[in-house]
Amino acid sequence: MKLALSIWRQDNPKVPGRMVRYDIDGVSEDSSFLEMLDLLNEQLTEKGEEPVAFDSDCREGICGTCGVVINGEAHGPERTTTCQLHMRSFKDGDEIVIEPWRADPFPVIKDLVVDRSAFDRIIAAGGFISANTGSAPDAHATPVPKEHADRAFMAAECIGCGACVAACPNGSGSLFMGAKITHLGELPQGQPERDARVAAMTHQHDAEGFGGCTNLGECTRACPKGIPLNVISQMNADLRHAGYGR
Amino acid sequence: MTDMLIDGLYREGEPIADTKAPDVADISQMWTERKFDAALVNPANRRKLDVIIVGTGLAGAAAGATLGEAGYNVKSFCYQDSPRRAHSIAAQGGINAAKNYKGDGDSIHRLFYDTVKGGDYRSRESNVYRLAEVSADIIDQCVAQGVPFAREYGGLLDNRSFGGVQVSRTFYARGQTGQQLLIGAYQALERQVGAGTVQMYSRHEMLEVIVVDDGDGQGPRARGIIARDLVTGEIETHLADVVVLATGGYGNVFFLSTNAMGSNVTAAWRAHRKGAYFGNPCYTQIHPTCIPQTGEHQSKLTLMSESLRNDGRIWVPKRAEDCEKDPRQIAEEDRDYYLERIYPGFGNLVPRDIASRQAKNMCDEGRGVGPAVDGVRRGVYLDFADAISRLGEDAVRSKYGNLFDMYERITGENPYQVPMRIYPAVHYTMGGLWVDYDLQSTIPGLFVTGEANFSDHGANRLGASALMQGLADGYFVLPNTIRDYLAKGPYPKLDESHPAVVEAQRSVQDRVERLVSVNGTRSVDSYHRELGKIMWEKCGMERTDAGLREAIEEIRALRQDFWTNVRVLGTPEGLNQSLERAGRVADFLELGELMCIDALHRRESCGGHFRAESQTEDGEALRDDDEFAYVAAWEWGGDGGAPVLHKEDLVYEHIELKQRSYK
Amino acid sequence: MATSTLPARGDRKVSSSILLKTIMAASGLFFIGYLLLHMYGNLMILSGREAFDEYAHHIRTFGEPMLPEKGLLWVLRIGLLAALVAHVWSGMALWRRARGARSVRYVKKRAGYGNFYAAAMRWGGLALLAFVAFHLMHFTWQTVTIGEAHASPAARVIDSFSHWWGVGIYALAMFFLGMHLLHGIWGAAMTLGLNTSLRRAEQIRLTSIVITTIIVVGFLIPPFAILFGLVD
Ligand SMILES: Cc1cc2nc3c(=O)[nH]c(=O)nc-3n(C[C@H](O)[C@H](O)[C@H](O)COP(=O)(O)OP(=O)(O)OC[C@H]3O[C@@H](n4cnc5c(N)ncnc54)[C@H](O)[C@@H]3O)c2cc1C
Ligand code: HEM
Ligand code: SF4
Ligand code: FES
Repeated sequence: MKLALSIWRQDNPKVPGRMVRYDIDGVSEDSSFLEMLDLLNEQLTEKGEEPVAFDSDCREGICGTCGVVINGEAHGPERTTTCQLHMRSFKDGDEIVIEPWRADPFPVIKDLVVDRSAFDRIIAAGGFISANTGSAPDAHATPVPKEHADRAFMAAECIGCGACVAACPNGSGSLFMGAKITHLGELPQGQPERDARVAAMTHQHDAEGFGGCTNLGECTRACPKGIPLNVISQMNADLRHAGYGR
Repeated sequence: MTDMLIDGLYREGEPIADTKAPDVADISQMWTERKFDAALVNPANRRKLDVIIVGTGLAGAAAGATLGEAGYNVKSFCYQDSPRRAHSIAAQGGINAAKNYKGDGDSIHRLFYDTVKGGDYRSRESNVYRLAEVSADIIDQCVAQGVPFAREYGGLLDNRSFGGVQVSRTFYARGQTGQQLLIGAYQALERQVGAGTVQMYSRHEMLEVIVVDDGDGQGPRARGIIARDLVTGEIETHLADVVVLATGGYGNVFFLSTNAMGSNVTAAWRAHRKGAYFGNPCYTQIHPTCIPQTGEHQSKLTLMSESLRNDGRIWVPKRAEDCEKDPRQIAEEDRDYYLERIYPGFGNLVPRDIASRQAKNMCDEGRGVGPAVDGVRRGVYLDFADAISRLGEDAVRSKYGNLFDMYERITGENPYQVPMRIYPAVHYTMGGLWVDYDLQSTIPGLFVTGEANFSDHGANRLGASALMQGLADGYFVLPNTIRDYLAKGPYPKLDESHPAVVEAQRSVQDRVERLVSVNGTRSVDSYHRELGKIMWEKCGMERTDAGLREAIEEIRALRQDFWTNVRVLGTPEGLNQSLERAGRVADFLELGELMCIDALHRRESCGGHFRAESQTEDGEALRDDDEFAYVAAWEWGGDGGAPVLHKEDLVYEHIELKQRSYK
Repeated sequence: MATSTLPARGDRKVSSSILLKTIMAASGLFFIGYLLLHMYGNLMILSGREAFDEYAHHIRTFGEPMLPEKGLLWVLRIGLLAALVAHVWSGMALWRRARGARSVRYVKKRAGYGNFYAAAMRWGGLALLAFVAFHLMHFTWQTVTIGEAHASPAARVIDSFSHWWGVGIYALAMFFLGMHLLHGIWGAAMTLGLNTSLRRAEQIRLTSIVITTIIVVGFLIPPFAILFGLVD
């Protein structure tokens, strides 16, 4: 396949970036989107041009490291991660615009690589159950009704990729946050800290500079794990129960 | 030490032995005894003790969280942008624990026995017993953290049997067990970050360990690391009282593997060069059910759960000329269901190593299927047609739906209609830095946990045991043994101006600058690919004396070429992914040689290591317990020097050595 | 020692964005309640001028002598004004935050529900604000007249809607209102925590379509009825 790529190039967080056009030939339909970028980088290296920086690690759709916006869609046209998107989803001769996740709380480090540590700080603020090592009772001491276990699992599938933020017109991290709050809130083990958790996490979210949710649902459409919007609704209800953390 | 080079490649040194396991006759009392003997650290003193943990996979994150909770001053490092992305996240199948929740006769002793046997009698009894002993605590801990394991309708945890084991002891969270366990550990770690006991350094790559004789008469010990901030490019010095490596496995030496792109040996290899012995480097596990390579462009291989072999039938065409045909057009009598033919007893369910090797044999005979890469078709069919006609498509979908979807996404073929194609891929490395019962390497103050150590799996790892080992090490073993070391601290105050520290920092700086200044013509990836090919062909599923000798020569030549002809663009300042990769490949180029030397010296077949010269008449692996019942711990012989072999004899007092048979 | 994880941007004393949303939802639902009442009143005109004038008189004297004249009306007016201020202020605050969360825009933007409604709620909301002002000038303060000035409320209404452009203005406003409500009702339910499952989400979508249709159609019946001469 032959493709015309427009890629965001930015040297570091302090300088402005720009779109640069690259023509690439000899792309296999069977290669993944990132392997197509690998090929571009090989060709750039040959020509003595600096390769395009982009993030990836597992390339299996589970670690959440990869992620670029392709023709205006986070992770591209299929509901999957960028690393699991394959070139057979495109046609010979296509023009493809590739941009990084754009959100101020995710500053660009270089080219398509962004800093998502804001997500870690939201988790550090309260996205956990306080259970020191060695203090746990037997695993069967607390049975968990299956429907709660299933909903917790569904929410726990979030891979922290940040596509929800990238896709959200408001730059909100609500789907990510709601997923964690729902995961832990559905379990009996998560009850003692439930109010404190939602208050602390939402507060950190706002302090990081993410936008507020207006229930548009772009996040769930972009989410490679199909996390549903009801986790956001759950978070809203939980925060009200927590008296808005006041 | 022998003066003479053996095989022209290595020397043999003094034997080595573990001195930390308590000398008690009853193996079930050993760990209790050790925990009691290990000195305690006064809570008030813990804040003054600095612990560096490199790696945030199951082994590293669990240890970081636990030591943080205990009140030590922890610095945690990972190369990814977040600790949550360590490669443990990719594990699918499950985690073993001797809970006996199914009442099917499981016990600590049975798990211990299965693990030693599965490891083909090449692991240390004391360590494996302890692993089985703490396995139950892991599940309790994870459930308390909110890990959403699969449950039954009654609300209790579900278990399944895994990898041909007779009991149901595997806990799982759909196909995402590793992810759920890691997120549990990550959250516990982040909680400590929030509490201020752990400082997180993500996007930092450790490039050297600092080993210093701090002048208290105890000799040199690990006192810190040199790390590169991957964002700013700054080479940083971090000092501490103790250093823990939890940096995962080195399967990426094969270029194509199921490991993450960034998985590397750098941390372990740098420590090896500073005096840590490397145990059994040639033990690699090759997983039979991965999606085959489709072309040169491919960057990694994807694993599919082994459970597929329960219902799928594996075959290749009988005649090479049929290999290009649509498989549905090949008549039943023209198909060779080779596993069923060779192993009528076990059929498609033979152990991983056997299934893998036979697939390779078929392809080498020219009967492989799928696209040819480098002129050879490397794939065999895994056919569900029988299962679909027997159980119905819906039943197959409910069992394997997510795997089929994954297969279709990657290959673009619908496995309900066309047989899947599979091929073995490198998946796990049993070898790693040698450690004693305390998980301490041969460098005092350097502890190694998880896949990075030479581990508890002997020559072959059972399914669902790596997650168990990572968390056992991280939550329960290391925090207890490391305190014995830390109780003797705080160690003498160390300054960044200490000559050994300055020297470590300078050597890293020089190496980085050297890599960008070669300015040759070949990309880093092209070297990595070529190394991978050598390793896969000659140190992969089947190894021969001649092949390994060739490989050693080829790797040496490639390494030489690398340092004169590699092209790394950009500067050392700021994010530079080619530079990161170049450093990793440079270390793989050294490790690859040691793996081949280790494979060459072990003239027996055991577990994942199959030497063509050591097989039974009908082509099965032949172990040689008289000569090789030992751990090979390799000491770095210096640049251009020869490595030195130290043998740790394996003594079996609780389990009897037996030869495996699957016919 | 340098770390590449940037520190949190301090503890800016920000009010919770979820709290802002809740204010929007509560005030929005209050509007909807009022709109339903208002719509019911408007439909009175179908029963003739007297009925409508009586209704207009009745809401001014409702609760007398317990309440002063126009008592109920003033309670409603103050409530509506407070709700409007809260609604608009929260909306603006969220808008500002959203812009601040993406100061570098995408070069290529996807056309879809989200990007459409993000703009439609905000610009459409402003259009509604403008309409509310016009509507007050028209019928409450009577600073704007369509047709001629009349003492009888019913006569004012009938005259205004006998002009096609008078109907046009109100129809356009109802178009904006309908769009606002389609997403607004769904959003309010989300904000109030009512979406608890995929099935529930479908029900909420359906509810928002039904209520929106009732309000829009209900408000449009009188003007069109008048335009087509069905009311005398
Ligand atoms: C596809 C796949 C499926 C698997 N399925 C199973 C299964 O079902 N059951 C099972 O038991 N096992 C399974 N395994 C094996 C198991 O997942 C791993 O062995 C285990 O998770 C390793 O954990 P770890 O903590 O030792 O290392 P990892 O999780 O690999 O973590 C390594 C850490 O070290 C860091 N690091 C590495 N090098 C450096 C450096 N130089 N500087 C700084 N940081 C560094 C990384 O950032 C990372 O945080 C599977 C493995 C694979 C690849
Ligand atoms: C007729 C009167 C109005 C009604 C019935 C109404 C109703 C609603 C409702 C129910 C919501 C949903 C709240 C949520 O998402 O939780 C909403 C949101 C909103 N309203 Fe109104 N509203 C009205 C007038 C206005 C006006 C005059 C403005 C002017 C600025 C406005 C601007 C907004 C904005 C910006 C939102 C944002 C939420 C989003 O984007 O989803 N509204 N409205
Ligand atoms: S909610 Fe979905 S899109 Fe958002 S971080 Fe999690 S997996 Fe990614
Ligand atoms: S690289 Fe791991 S999810 Fe894409």
